[in-house]
Amino acid sequence: MRCISTALLLLTCSFAGYGQSTDDLMSELDNATKTDKKEEVTATFKATRIINSSTVENLAAGVLDFRILHRFGRVSDGTENFFGIDNATTRIGLDYGVTKWLMVGIGHNTLGKTNDGFAKVKLLSQKVDGTPVSVSWFGGIAALGGKAPQMPPGMEYYFTHRLAYTNQLLIARKFSKKLSLQLMPSVVHLNLIDSSKFSNTMFSMGIGGRYKVSNRVAVTAEYYYRINNADMPFSGVTTYNSFSLGADIETGGHVFQLFFTNSQGITERSFINQTTDTWTDGQLHFGFNISRVFTVVRPKEFRNNAPAKNW
Amino acid sequence: MNKLFLIILAASISASAHAQKYMTRTGKITFDATAPKSPEQIDAVNNEVAAILSAADGKLVFQVPVRSFKFQRDLMQQHFNENYMESDKYPKAEFKGGIEGKDAGIASTSGSHNVTVKGKLTIHGVTKEVSVPGKITVADKKVKLEATFAVKLEDYGISIPNLVADKVGKEAKITVNSELTGK
Repeated sequence: MRCISTALLLLTCSFAGYGQSTDDLMSELDNATKTDKKEEVTATFKATRIINSSTVENLAAGVLDFRILHRFGRVSDGTENFFGIDNATTRIGLDYGVTKWLMVGIGHNTLGKTNDGFAKVKLLSQKVDGTPVSVSWFGGIAALGGKAPQMPPGMEYYFTHRLAYTNQLLIARKFSKKLSLQLMPSVVHLNLIDSSKFSNTMFSMGIGGRYKVSNRVAVTAEYYYRINNADMPFSGVTTYNSFSLGADIETGGHVFQLFFTNSQGITERSFINQTTDTWTDGQLHFGFNISRVFTVVRPKEFRNNAPAKNW
Repeated sequence: MNKLFLIILAASISASAHAQKYMTRTGKITFDATAPKSPEQIDAVNNEVAAILSAADGKLVFQVPVRSFKFQRDLMQQHFNENYMESDKYPKAEFKGGIEGKDAGIASTSGSHNVTVKGKLTIHGVTKEVSVPGKITVADKKVKLEATFAVKLEDYGISIPNLVADKVGKEAKITVNSELTGK
């Protein structure tokens, strides 16, 4: 009896060796595919802008984004201007993802007839159990358009006087699936300012973030604290720190952003340093960002197939 | 009795020595979840599929890193990972099963064979029994696996909001095309 049971035991053992269980095969695969590479954290933000500010998100390489940004007039204007709807400023622009880490854009603003351009470079990516933050550099230039302003006698208005430069470091962390925050130390340099009492170079610290309330809706906010020149008026009017509060709504093809802000300007020099309205007086502007993305250069996996349908 | 013991021992050793296995880490799986009248194509390619086939008994496992699916549009890829597949929670899709019935050992014979593969398919954390017809081609220490089948997204707890129901279908057609090499 003992012999038979030993034989049976061996028989079963031999079959186990003969055919490993699928679980064994799966752990064999696990071992074979194990890597030390830490995974990048994705979707820190839904879009390339929080509200006015850029986020650490870049467009994918080969993607073109057509953006229409709208800021209406003051809600506090009341019925006279249909709560601001009558006085809108707009920026239309094109952004493009050159590589995974480089994104560029150009745009035209109705406010000040300003043309602007920017580049955004991804420097660091947050990783799961690794690098704690994502870091990008944003560099922008904006040129005022329109007629030359009245200059003091003996002074000429050169093209360079129209220019403003922005440098920002975007430092973001996705704390959880829902919460992401971004710090934005910023330097804006205006080539021409009204008074020598102030500095042409202005430092500020911005903070922004989003909180997802569902898979497709997130609440967003951003605020800039101006470190110097906070008392510098713009065209003789007192300026305030910029604060915006809004929502990201994701639809099939794009993210729709709706918000209230006290900044009517859309370029960095306008919203960070030349915001002349304040929340406390109800001088809010309703605004929205819409974007439509087009795949210009398709990912390499799809290059041999039929052309991508963009519509 | 001692003789029987020895015979069984010898048999078991020789059997495990012959347990030829085939493997890949660069297998290809594509899917197409385009709704019938959708204006745009909802499809993706994954070239980082891992699989092992044990030739003698036809046991077969697949491991699919969900994040490695590449879409034509980056936004689709984002939504796929964030909203539909929740790839941070369920990073891998898996299949555990084998070639059915008398064909189980067919991978030891060269040539092209039509087979049925049965087993447990796990997508989005949900496991279902599936049975899939496919083709297995054995030649020159390589085994090619080809199959096309459909899965109902609903069965795997993937809900498609009305907003995109005209684009994303209720079913995804999955195509497996992977070449495994002998280990």
